[in-house]
Amino acid sequence: MTTSLPARFGVPQELEARCARLKAEREGKRLTILVCCGTGCLANGSAKVADAFARELHARGIDADVGLAFKRTGCHGFCQRGPLVVMMPDETFYQRVKPKDVPKIVEQTVVGGKVIATLLYKDPNSKQRITRYHEIPFYQKQTRVAMRNIGLVDPRDLRDSLARGAYLAVAKALGAMTPEQVIAEVDQSGLRGRGGAGFSTGRKWRSARAAPGERKFVICNGDEGDPGAFKDRSILEGDPHSVIEGMIIGAYAVGAHEGFVYVREEYPLAVENLGHALCDARAAGLLGRNILGTGFDFDVQISRGGGAFVCGESSALMKSIAGMVGEPRAKYIHATDRGLFDLPSVLNNVESWSDVPVIIEKGAAWFAAMGTAKSKGTKAFSLVGKVKNTGLVETPMGITLRELIFDIGGGILNDRPFKAVQTGGPSGGCVPAHLLDLPIDYEKLTEAGSMMGSGGMIVMDDRTCMVDVARYFTRFLWDESCGKCTPCREGLSQLQIVHDRICRGLGREEDLPLMERLGAVMETAALCALGKSANFPVKSTLQYFRDEYVAHVRDKRCPAGICKDLTIYRIIDEQCNGCGACLRVCPSKAITGKPKQLHALDQGLCISCGACFDVCTPMNAIAFDPRPHAAAVPPAAPGAAPARRNS
Amino acid sequence: MSATAAAPAIPEPDLAPVDAILAGYPQTETSLVQVLQDVNRTFNYLPCHALEKVAASLGVPLARVFSVATFYKAFSIKPRGKVIIRICTGTACHIRGAPLLVDEFVRHLGIRAGETTPDMGFTLETVNCVGACAMAPVVIAGPRHHGGLSPADVPDVIQGKSDDD
Ligand SMILES: Cc1cc2nc3c(=O)[nH]c(=O)nc-3n(C[C@H](O)[C@H](O)[C@H](O)COP(=O)(O)O)c2cc1C
Ligand code: FES
Repeated sequence: MTTSLPARFGVPQELEARCARLKAEREGKRLTILVCCGTGCLANGSAKVADAFARELHARGIDADVGLAFKRTGCHGFCQRGPLVVMMPDETFYQRVKPKDVPKIVEQTVVGGKVIATLLYKDPNSKQRITRYHEIPFYQKQTRVAMRNIGLVDPRDLRDSLARGAYLAVAKALGAMTPEQVIAEVDQSGLRGRGGAGFSTGRKWRSARAAPGERKFVICNGDEGDPGAFKDRSILEGDPHSVIEGMIIGAYAVGAHEGFVYVREEYPLAVENLGHALCDARAAGLLGRNILGTGFDFDVQISRGGGAFVCGESSALMKSIAGMVGEPRAKYIHATDRGLFDLPSVLNNVESWSDVPVIIEKGAAWFAAMGTAKSKGTKAFSLVGKVKNTGLVETPMGITLRELIFDIGGGILNDRPFKAVQTGGPSGGCVPAHLLDLPIDYEKLTEAGSMMGSGGMIVMDDRTCMVDVARYFTRFLWDESCGKCTPCREGLSQLQIVHDRICRGLGREEDLPLMERLGAVMETAALCALGKSANFPVKSTLQYFRDEYVAHVRDKRCPAGICKDLTIYRIIDEQCNGCGACLRVCPSKAITGKPKQLHALDQGLCISCGACFDVCTPMNAIAFDPRPHAAAVPPAAPGAAPARRNS
Repeated sequence: MSATAAAPAIPEPDLAPVDAILAGYPQTETSLVQVLQDVNRTFNYLPCHALEKVAASLGVPLARVFSVATFYKAFSIKPRGKVIIRICTGTACHIRGAPLLVDEFVRHLGIRAGETTPDMGFTLETVNCVGACAMAPVVIAGPRHHGGLSPADVPDVIQGKSDDD
């Protein structure tokens, strides 16, 4: 901590000089310790690790060493291996760090300059220990644009962001470009929305600029309702200044002076860090009246969402900011003409905003050089599910699903067979194994019956039941449907009833075409994109995994062994070595046996959860079969949809 | 849906904090969701009389206040337990076994999702993704996140134990 908070910057040149000075200062450090304090690592206990570092450095009196910096940063993306500690400039990467490891790290690495092998990442495939961040396969194929600063800066310290060049694009845009030039640059970069449908950002801005009216808004969509996606959270938590910077540039381009960031209530740390960043930016004259002395006024407020998936939809989100119930309206009214408070508004996703400053700084051509013909630049993906390396990654568009899942993700958990990857959130679809070499871009995913959405990639193995997945999404959307239009509200209820009976072994073969007909009606008749795409998960699973549906309805069998009403588990006596792994994970105490002796499974106690099956990987001594007389399971009350969640 | 049927009558809490919250916002309908967020956080739910106060102060019909209060998932109009256990049932958590965790919590606590134990100790909720998907399945018990849980870990989570204790 050598220099104080920047005073108000009066002109762009002051900011530029200050950024250069801070950069040199940061680069002069002998050692920088970065402790990840993103939500993932915090959940793994990284706050205690960071505290331990602060204590230990202080106790040894080395916290005063100007050559040393210690920072609590945002998410490095590799959440699964957290808490993560990275030492720069050598990029020494320690994972699964516990508070008790800290004295040793300070002693041996910080003071002694030696690497501690046991804390290094061990590649599950090559079994090699890897020292440096960029040598880890998870990071090797990544190119970080939207996530360029996350993990490297302390989100609570504006100077850190300035040292990485934050707000230089604002200085350039406001100081040396006309709004039209800004729009042209963004348009030529080919940037398309990173939150949903992939609409051209430049075109959207141009319409908003052209819309009549003095008062306009720019809005950041940080609702991130797609379950399984968490890039927006990481960006807002770990690098809020890039989002603010993007919004200032967007506001200048369209002629807006007020901005909102809509963040989900489930993301308290994002709200906190963003609030902090807004205060810092205001104090430094980067936000508010007369930004950087250029005469342009713009400020941003935070609006906390109330936890409703539909509020991620543009018109519902704007209603929610206005304090109302988030019900969407028909799409023929464009937000760029009549959005928030019925005034022209530009809504973009967090990641889109974060991409903007880089485009302005490095130019449209630089950005457009990455990606595919129609999908330019990079994209953040959250790689989760049954994959070895889970976390956040950013790569150029056009990377194949195979590279993403097998090279970066390290393959499927426990080396089981890959079945599908679900992309695009609840309105997306499941892409099967034969399409693994698909280059990821907006068009290719849509052709495959899925969509880009916000970049959630949920990997599924042979232990994932596709009927159950479709049922899951149907239930999710039924629960989240605002209920305003009939096709969505009733269509989802009916789809859910049909799925429920199929998973209970009471399905009929006619159910499959019935669901397809129902889905087609919803697609044409629903009011907003939620209802129009609500059948996509069902449609894509029926398209690619029809055999699984048929197994459920005709043979009363769940091929993945997930649907409890259709599955019983048993121990294969010849293969059981009495290791006790299954016994320890069985929640219903259905398995008994002495160590090193054959175990027994009591069918009366077994709840068919399959926990034993999943741990018995070396011996494969657990098997599952179709439940006899599955059809005898009593039916649910006819036509009864499950009770709605009471609030 | 009489989730807390067995719950003892809860005395209406002291509403003084509501005035303080209202004082921090412009007195217009636009502030409604933000005010309710703060009230919900302060009391752990939205007390009925607090809603009346908010309606009067912001000049919004009470029916509209209730409509907003029951639309958003973050709000509860019923008192909730001391510890709120939120099981993530987002996609990543679902395929890594969240439904089994729900079953286990239901079994151990004797309540269904959305309900509160009669002693007001626990409220069980399911949420659609908390953004920690890389550590699926995730459960948030009170302030603590727990990742990578299996059904056998459920009793420890209820007792507030964690790995680093
Ligand atoms: C039901 C529904 C939910 C949506 N949820 C989100 C969301 O959580 N985040 C987001 O950025 N966009 C979401 N969208 C897309 C938005 O409507 C909008 O297209 C997007 O925020 C525009 O920003 P972009 O052009 O930068 O992608 C959703 C759309 C629908 C129909
Ligand atoms: S799906 Fe559970 S945290 Fe995202």
